[in-house]
Amino acid sequence: MTSAVTVLAAFLICAGIFFLLMGAVGLIRFPDFYTRMHAAGKCDTLGSLLLLVGLATYQGFDFSSAKLLVIAVFIFFTSPTAAHAIARAAYTNRLPLWTKGERE
Amino acid sequence: MSYTFFLITSLTILFAVLLSLYRVVAGPHIIDRIIGVNVIGTKTIAVIVLTGYLFDRVEFFIDIAFVYALINFIGTLAFARYFEQKGVENS
Repeated sequence: MTSAVTVLAAFLICAGIFFLLMGAVGLIRFPDFYTRMHAAGKCDTLGSLLLLVGLATYQGFDFSSAKLLVIAVFIFFTSPTAAHAIARAAYTNRLPLWTKGERE
Repeated sequence: MSYTFFLITSLTILFAVLLSLYRVVAGPHIIDRIIGVNVIGTKTIAVIVLTGYLFDRVEFFIDIAFVYALINFIGTLAFARYFEQKGVENS
């Protein structure tokens, strides 16, 4: 019973690490600001969410796991808000868009 | 066993932070650097919680992680609003 919960927590944490790494690779590889925003905003939110929920699963039913879930909910609301604010700052200042065929 | 797992997890996230640091150093515009700093801050929250598991003091490090999440959000929002009014190209 306990080992099944631990395996579930390890799986969630590994999925979170995978999304965080893919977000970092996308932040390096994509050619444009807006595509980088696409990689960073979503992958980072989902990766942190999976990792924190996995840690709360590992912790068990506790006060610390409740606080971990509160942090997860906070990240779920604030990270897209910050990404939207940055993207609006870029769009207001007419940052140039990437077109196909153009190198970085 | 769990100590080694959390250590490897922390080191992998720190490797992802190192990858994101390239965009902060070499970003063409200032706004690329801002998003790189935001991504690094979000990864740092996970690293702080994992450090709590490594040192067996989770309940203190969770509070630190919560305060760090607040500071990261407010700082990113302030930078975004500032450069929205000031302009991106001339910086």
